[in-house]
Amino acid sequence: MTSFIRNQWYVAAYGSEVGRRLFSRTVCGEPVLLWRTRSGEVTAMSDRCVHRRFPLSQEPSHLDGDQVVCGYHGFTYGADGVCVGVPGQRRVPRTARLATYPVVEQDSFVWVWIGERELADEKLIPRAPWLDRPGWTVVKGMEPLNARYGLLVDNLLDLSHETYLHGGHIGTPEVAETPITTEVDESAAVVRVSRHMDDAACPPFYATSTGIEGRITRWQDIEYHAPCLYLLHSRIAPVGTPPPAEEDGSDPDAFHVEVVYAITPETEGTTHDFWAVARDFAPEDEKVTDFLRESNRTVVLQDVVALDVLEQALQAEQEGYQELSINIDTGGLAARRILERLRREGAPAGEPAVAR
Amino acid sequence: MTRASRPEQSQGPRRTAALPGEGVQRIHWIPGTDRLLAVCFCRTEREFEDPVELWDWLLAHPGTDSDAHDGLVLPYPERDSP
Ligand code: FES
Ligand SMILES: [Fe+2]
Ligand SMILES: [Zn+2]
Repeated sequence: MTSFIRNQWYVAAYGSEVGRRLFSRTVCGEPVLLWRTRSGEVTAMSDRCVHRRFPLSQEPSHLDGDQVVCGYHGFTYGADGVCVGVPGQRRVPRTARLATYPVVEQDSFVWVWIGERELADEKLIPRAPWLDRPGWTVVKGMEPLNARYGLLVDNLLDLSHETYLHGGHIGTPEVAETPITTEVDESAAVVRVSRHMDDAACPPFYATSTGIEGRITRWQDIEYHAPCLYLLHSRIAPVGTPPPAEEDGSDPDAFHVEVVYAITPETEGTTHDFWAVARDFAPEDEKVTDFLRESNRTVVLQDVVALDVLEQALQAEQEGYQELSINIDTGGLAARRILERLRREGAPAGEPAVAR
Repeated sequence: MTRASRPEQSQGPRRTAALPGEGVQRIHWIPGTDRLLAVCFCRTEREFEDPVELWDWLLAHPGTDSDAHDGLVLPYPERDSP
């Protein structure tokens, strides 16, 4: 029994990571082999040969046209996972096939579905259109996290930690001081947390990238689509800038940054931390691009270091340890409740889901 | 799986907080105080000091002997029904 919520779409990779080279990433404990056919389609299948479980992503395993050849004894598979050849004999055992996974390429991500195939509905995939949209410039990366994914969810839903963990980068005193509004849409499994700072210091992350020198209006609108996608709509404008137009939302005098995280459980205790930052200003400015890439990666790594340590500390705790929650945790608690419900619903009937 | 479909997602930065819609529960941190105001989707409100107690109340609303949710579309299936 695991705590994975399997009947969900998860980001397995950026589309740019998957090509004509065998590539592997573990999602919810399942090693997934990803590659592109000659026509450019992404395929996702088990990364374990049915013969002796050799990883197909491991050299000398290789692609031969649209077939995967196991590097250990040569079992050969088509893009549909079916074994088409085994060494030394003509008869291929009927059961020789690799599990394949539904896969969708969208918004620069490769999404996979690890759970029950009949439930894999593409319309359930949450969108992050800025990552692949004209007029927006994107920097992105992925950091391995040695912590359960729930710790990253807690972290991202409470941005008051920016003031302490990321002071001097994205944190300023106003973040921790400003009250939040939390909204929960249970049926859609979405949590929204809004923090609108009317008059705040401009942290270096935004001062350097936008060129704003004085104080700013800073809006943070979080939209967490449990369990897999986190969006932070960030609006930055000099104090006094008019708010977005009521009619069409146009907002020409403000700077917009869309921060996207895909949160993908790798194993029970490790997580793929995909991060991307899209902006609608200075699109061609390489200096801004480099600065945002470096700064955001620095900030993500500050979280990774902290959460890795926290995971170790939690593992050393006795069962049933206590936490204490305060107002800033309202959004994080909402997310935990939703994740717990999704886990319960996804558990086989009669088997209680294991909370962790 | 009971999740029907994803809601309409904003295609640009979100401008203002949305009005509470059907099935949406909201919690306001009351400015200038340490208190939280929970608003159920049925519009019943209550103030709290502790977000854990708040969630216990909000998720259990309307409790056993109130008819506050009669006639409303519930945001999720009744937990105890089979
Ligand atoms: S393990 Fe793959 S062919 Fe033997
Ligand atoms: Fe952080
Ligand atoms: Zn109610």
